[in-house]
Amino acid sequence: MTGKRLGPILTALAAVGAGFVVLAIGLAASGYDPVVALGALGRGAFGSWYAFGSATLVRAIPLILLGLGVALAFRGGALNIGAEGQFYAGAIAATWVGIHVAAWPSGLAIGAVWSAAAVAGVIWISVPVLLKVRFGVMEVISTLLLNFVAEAAVSYAVTGPLQEAKRVYPQSDPIAATARLPLLPGSRLHGGIVVAVVLAVILWVLFTRTRWGFRLKAAGLSPEAARVSGGIPVLRVVAGALLWSGALAGLGGGVEISGVTYTLFQNLSPGYGFTAIAVALLARLNPLGIILSGTLFGALEAGAQGMQREAGVPAVAVQVAEATIILAVLLAEVLARRAAARSISAPDPA
Amino acid sequence: MSGDEPVLELRGISKSFGSVQALRGADFVLVPGEVHALLGENGAGKSTLVHIAAGMIPPDDGTIRIRCVDTKLRSPRTARALGIGLVHQHFTSIGALTVSENIALSMGPAGGRADRQSLSGLPERLMAGLSLDSRVDRLSVAQRQRLEIVKALATGATILLLDEPSAVLAPSEVDELLSLIRDFVARGGAAAFITHKLREVFIAADRVTVLRRGAVTLSGRVSGQTEATLALAMLGTAVPEDGADTTRPSALPVRSEPIMAHFGGIPLRGGELIGVAAIEGNGQRKLLRDLAERDSAAGSVALVPEDRTTEGIIPDLSISENLLLGLDRDPGWSRGRWIDRTRARARTTQLINTFGIRADGPDVAVGTLSGGNQQKVVLARALERRPAILIAENPTRGLDIRATSFVQDQLRAAARAGMLVLIYSTDLDEVLALGQRVLVVHAGRVTEAPQGADRQVVGEMMLGLVPKRQSGSGER
Repeated sequence: MTGKRLGPILTALAAVGAGFVVLAIGLAASGYDPVVALGALGRGAFGSWYAFGSATLVRAIPLILLGLGVALAFRGGALNIGAEGQFYAGAIAATWVGIHVAAWPSGLAIGAVWSAAAVAGVIWISVPVLLKVRFGVMEVISTLLLNFVAEAAVSYAVTGPLQEAKRVYPQSDPIAATARLPLLPGSRLHGGIVVAVVLAVILWVLFTRTRWGFRLKAAGLSPEAARVSGGIPVLRVVAGALLWSGALAGLGGGVEISGVTYTLFQNLSPGYGFTAIAVALLARLNPLGIILSGTLFGALEAGAQGMQREAGVPAVAVQVAEATIILAVLLAEVLARRAAARSISAPDPA
Repeated sequence: MSGDEPVLELRGISKSFGSVQALRGADFVLVPGEVHALLGENGAGKSTLVHIAAGMIPPDDGTIRIRCVDTKLRSPRTARALGIGLVHQHFTSIGALTVSENIALSMGPAGGRADRQSLSGLPERLMAGLSLDSRVDRLSVAQRQRLEIVKALATGATILLLDEPSAVLAPSEVDELLSLIRDFVARGGAAAFITHKLREVFIAADRVTVLRRGAVTLSGRVSGQTEATLALAMLGTAVPEDGADTTRPSALPVRSEPIMAHFGGIPLRGGELIGVAAIEGNGQRKLLRDLAERDSAAGSVALVPEDRTTEGIIPDLSISENLLLGLDRDPGWSRGRWIDRTRARARTTQLINTFGIRADGPDVAVGTLSGGNQQKVVLARALERRPAILIAENPTRGLDIRATSFVQDQLRAAARAGMLVLIYSTDLDEVLALGQRVLVVHAGRVTEAPQGADRQVVGEMMLGLVPKRQSGSGER
């Protein structure tokens, strides 16, 4: 039991270690001092309470929410690569609602903004879900492609219907003060962190303690066995998981608008929807693990800014570490699978 | 013909997959100018033999001689270079590419172009209607299969091996295929094709080799054979060598239990152990699955599926979770929407003991268990559902003797406890040993074998050689 629990954690740590080693080698090869650069990265992410709370955790919030959404779909074997698009759909809806709720009490306004964001995420993913259920279109492709549509929709919104009243910049007016999340005094850390952690715990309970979570896992691991031996309506279960996945990613967009930017603009997300896939995979789709892996990737993003400021290393260099971590996790998965396959009895002869 | 040196000679070929022995010292000889049928039930080892001859899998033991030269076939490429072409049971062409692109692909990098000129050596009949420029996914099934043969011949094959080529074809297409094979042989080639249909042997083959449980039971000229001799060789006459209990259960007393289900129109009652015999592809699978899909009026139906590793278990999940599959609504395992993990694990531990599953506790991944222990998990789950009807498809396939007799005992016990138990097995001995009544499915129709019918009678019914009695004649 302990070995079973410990394995994924050790794998994740090894992967993260590998990521930093490769990053250090890359930095050295490009003529930077890896000690100085990584030191700057560490300070940027954890150097002070401000760095941790206002840089790392603020970036971790959308990563956790979107990571949970991705994990929910992946658990059911459905590859939702479209969290980025659902995030944007949520952000557009949140902005539109947020501008119009100035007269509402704050709690109600925030609730309305988040609901709109989650619903928009569901609507955005409902297209791939319908295509999958009706025509068997692979959701990998349809969700991915809708990301580009969502980015274009944001561009249209901030230069058209949602553009600020002054019509100067391609951005929206800020949302009403009633729709903004409370901040922790002296920092930029907003109430979204509570939502992210609470949702992670709820999802963990759903995944590990309920029939629904079990059926989703079975459907994801083996649709045939789930259907034949478990009597599980696999397509319905998976379609439902995809819709909830879209809701979480959409909510992530709403939380970002109501907690961080207050306005909608292009490139609102530095690729949160894609990094969220890494967050979910590093945590092996475990919601509690996603709190940690989301924080780690938040720290990498925050540290990258510090590295750029202090050591002059382009922030994108951090993507080397991110990519290495993911490759290491996937490699560990493949190796574990091979080891398991070796111990399983050989197939029946034809 | 008989004086010719063989082009392909397999001697004493043995091959095991894990604990399953697919071939036991099988011999196979192919001479030029002949069409040779490889006959046998599913799992008899025909495909394994052909795959070994084509260099797809190495034999554990035995020798391969090609044109009288001892050869080690290291890879399919080696075999291809020696003129051996294999037509797979499943199509291997790429749908999005054209016919000529697929042919070029099969010839490899050194193969050159696949245009009208380079393919002009191929029989015209083979190429008829096969436009080189059409996309393969626009072709009919028969055309796609023809393309598979073209691909084999385009690499210069003089020995053609076909793995159950008629399985996907309509009857008229089968005749066309067989005459194409005869055509190829008439031009000096040699061909072997796998089948389990006697008709095809008599139409197209010069010689026939029959496999049963990995051993050759008959090999000789088709002209000396009758359907009965081939059927007997296919289904066997001897007592099985693995020591399984084959004593036929005695005839049943007249039963008064209510009718629980109908199988192909034949009424079945609780407490009965029904053996279902059929040769693969006669519609038995659909009949069994239809029965398994809907719970009958008498209660639920539990299934022990044939394909254990893909349909029966989820290897990555623990024993406890695999049992939960299908039991997740059972009050012993869940409370409403919540899974009762404590009770589930405790119940799993009990079942591990009852069924003698060799595992270190309920949290062990099922994928790490042996095939026999995996099957015990599947059986434990099916019985834990306390179904009214239990359907077991090939329940002992790939199991060792002890696991086999354990599973068979459990099935007998289930029937004694009042369940209606249906056992379908490709192993006729198992059907006869277990079934108090034996139902035979041939061409989608179900007939009941007379009480006490022996393997020859049942075997002939399976092959459709006995005039069919009316469906439903088995009621009493």
